Amino acid sequence: MDTKLTVSLSPHIHSRNSIDHCMWNVIIALIPALVVAVWTFGLQALLVIGISVAACLLTEGLIDRFLFHRHLSLSNGSAIITGILLAFNLPSILPWWMVVIGAVVAIGIGKMSFGGLGCNIWNPALVGRVFLLISFPAAMTTWPVDVPSGIGHITGATGTDANTGATLLASLNDYSYGKIGLDNVDFMDMAIGHMNGSLGEVGSVAILIGLAYLLITKVITWHIPVSMIASAALFSWAFGGNPVLDIFAGGLLLGAVFMATDYVTSPMTRQGQIIYGFMIGFITIVIRRYGSYPEGVSFAILLMNSFTPIINRYCHPRLFGRRKTSAVKA
Amino acid sequence: MKLKTFRKGGIHPDPNKLTSGIPMIKADVSSEIRLELAESIGVPARCIVKPGQTVSAGEMVAEAAAFVSAPVHSPVAGTVKRIEKLRDISGFWREAVIIATEIIETAVDEAEEALSPRTQEEVDALTPKEIIDIVGNAGVVGLGGATFPTRVKLSIPEGKKAEIVILNGAECEPYLTCDEVLMCGWPEYIVAGCRLIMKAVGVEKAVIGIEANKPQAIAAFRRYLKGSDDISVVKLRMKYPQGGEKQLIEAITGRQVPEGALPVDVGAVVDNVATAYAVYDAVYNRRPLTQRIVTVTGPELKKPGNYLVKLGTSIRTIIEAAGGLPENTGKVIAGGPMMGKAMANLDAPTTKAVSGILVLPRSISQRHEEEPCIRCAKCVSVCPMGLEPYQMMNLSIAKRFEEITSLHVMSCLECGCCSYVCPSHRPLLDYIRYAKREIRNLPKK
Repeated sequence: MDTKLTVSLSPHIHSRNSIDHCMWNVIIALIPALVVAVWTFGLQALLVIGISVAACLLTEGLIDRFLFHRHLSLSNGSAIITGILLAFNLPSILPWWMVVIGAVVAIGIGKMSFGGLGCNIWNPALVGRVFLLISFPAAMTTWPVDVPSGIGHITGATGTDANTGATLLASLNDYSYGKIGLDNVDFMDMAIGHMNGSLGEVGSVAILIGLAYLLITKVITWHIPVSMIASAALFSWAFGGNPVLDIFAGGLLLGAVFMATDYVTSPMTRQGQIIYGFMIGFITIVIRRYGSYPEGVSFAILLMNSFTPIINRYCHPRLFGRRKTSAVKA
Repeated sequence: MKLKTFRKGGIHPDPNKLTSGIPMIKADVSSEIRLELAESIGVPARCIVKPGQTVSAGEMVAEAAAFVSAPVHSPVAGTVKRIEKLRDISGFWREAVIIATEIIETAVDEAEEALSPRTQEEVDALTPKEIIDIVGNAGVVGLGGATFPTRVKLSIPEGKKAEIVILNGAECEPYLTCDEVLMCGWPEYIVAGCRLIMKAVGVEKAVIGIEANKPQAIAAFRRYLKGSDDISVVKLRMKYPQGGEKQLIEAITGRQVPEGALPVDVGAVVDNVATAYAVYDAVYNRRPLTQRIVTVTGPELKKPGNYLVKLGTSIRTIIEAAGGLPENTGKVIAGGPMMGKAMANLDAPTTKAVSGILVLPRSISQRHEEEPCIRCAKCVSVCPMGLEPYQMMNLSIAKRFEEITSLHVMSCLECGCCSYVCPSHRPLLDYIRYAKREIRNLPKK
């Protein structure tokens, strides 16, 4: 007998895919949006992102080391993603200590309290963000005054000028939704991200570049982002809104590409993923239209995260041979 | 033209066909041949020789002991030395017949001369029943690795009707090229074997499915089959596990074999191309299955190649012929890297199941540390059977076997796609196998 030989069950080779590989690809996909954030909001944006990432890494490291007593797994990049995504959901002028609180809640409560990577029910970055939104509603909706809101061109909007520091969606809500025509909006600014909002949500084109990268590298599939965007557009239109504004003006794209597609908190089957994306789009528009918040993506994603287990329970892939085949006749 | 393939799941591993295009080499005949009696799925063959008895090349040494069982023949002329238990490649004790080869140099040639091939007229006169009997008596089994007795496969159950014969030349396993070598070199014999199978199961139509990375094999058949319309060649898009019986049937006919049903329920009979060759050999040349082509390969192996090996030759001898085990060898695998068995014992004899001997260095074969499931759903999307491996593994760890049964775990064909893609390196298939075994052992209600 050869004692040197390893004996184990097949398969004996592996795709070489790894958690690190997936996570670092997501980080690469986030870079275009990060560049836009810095371009629009200045170095302040970089500071918020840096604080957020550092706080997330530190929280995860400390909990792993002192509560779980286990090997540190910071290198897999998941805490970095949470940090970047949390920062992407914050205004660039948020006080630094609020950013830290958000990060501690995101990692500590949103992720580690469930057992760490792979165990959490809700998207950690959104848990942190919503915690901040409810705790510090004023600070979370205070935007830098020197960034245009994106509707500076509204004719006759005497009460508003571009320097009040408001996001496009919030301004739209103020002006009773639907009455503002598309010709009031500077689409170029909206596309390249030269408008107010949370750090990461403003650069639509940058986010779409990230989406393309994630699809090409097969980190994610099209099912969640496409179903979510399509359903948001559908209901926006159905409720008398403007689909283009709903998709590009707020956090919908950021949510559809980077948040709803989070592996851990989204359904396992294609069918389930489409239901999940569709419902997020629907809930987002309902909140935007009938809720008191101008934004609804975070709540919609967290709500559907809660439904992921039940979607997994009822949506199974179609079993091979289950389809009725014409030829089976004994 | 869109190439055919199966629809659900599948992966694209690096083909690594290192031995593609290397002509077949006849391996030296060992002075000692050790024949395992359990050469097929089902009941091991019953030994019919005694120590001291001389046997001629091709003589039966063990007879089929049941319906699902295949006889074993001596590949050489020699003397039966012992009948004893030896350890097989996995290290299990198996009954075996040990034969001392006589006149090693000439034994093979003599055996060739001793054959009296059937003429085409004689073959044409055979009835389907006679063909099946000849194939059964020649010990032909499925040579793709499953070693299902071909006689059983060709005996269509009462009330069912075969419509098409499919020859499996997909060879979707990375590294393996034994079928490719056979298809490139002897398409006419494979076709002859195919026609015998068609006659045995009573169908008029056959398809040979070959993956697109074997253009020479496809060309060889197309050249030979020009003008005949009973057998066609289908070029398949490369995807693993295309060579899985159910996947191949779907790729070629578009029909899915229902859960728990047999291929013949959708009218298909699938045989490996090497099996078709063995059928030809048995019927035309009266030569029982005593040798097979074995792909001996590995990234670090000095002389990888496709060797024609007498059954019963020690695995170690074959590896020596291919340049010996490299220093950094981690695993030696019988078969391909996706479904092959890791060997525990290199002194075990070659059996009909050994389609390849794959020598993998530690850097490739070593498993990574398992990490938590991040629910990326890749295992679900690659599963060719539409199962949910992540869930079955979780339930298997929790020993909740009843629930796993309701997830159709028994449909799993153990192709290994789930473990292959898992970014967390979770041993999904290990746990699924464990669950399947436990479920089989559950008391029947």
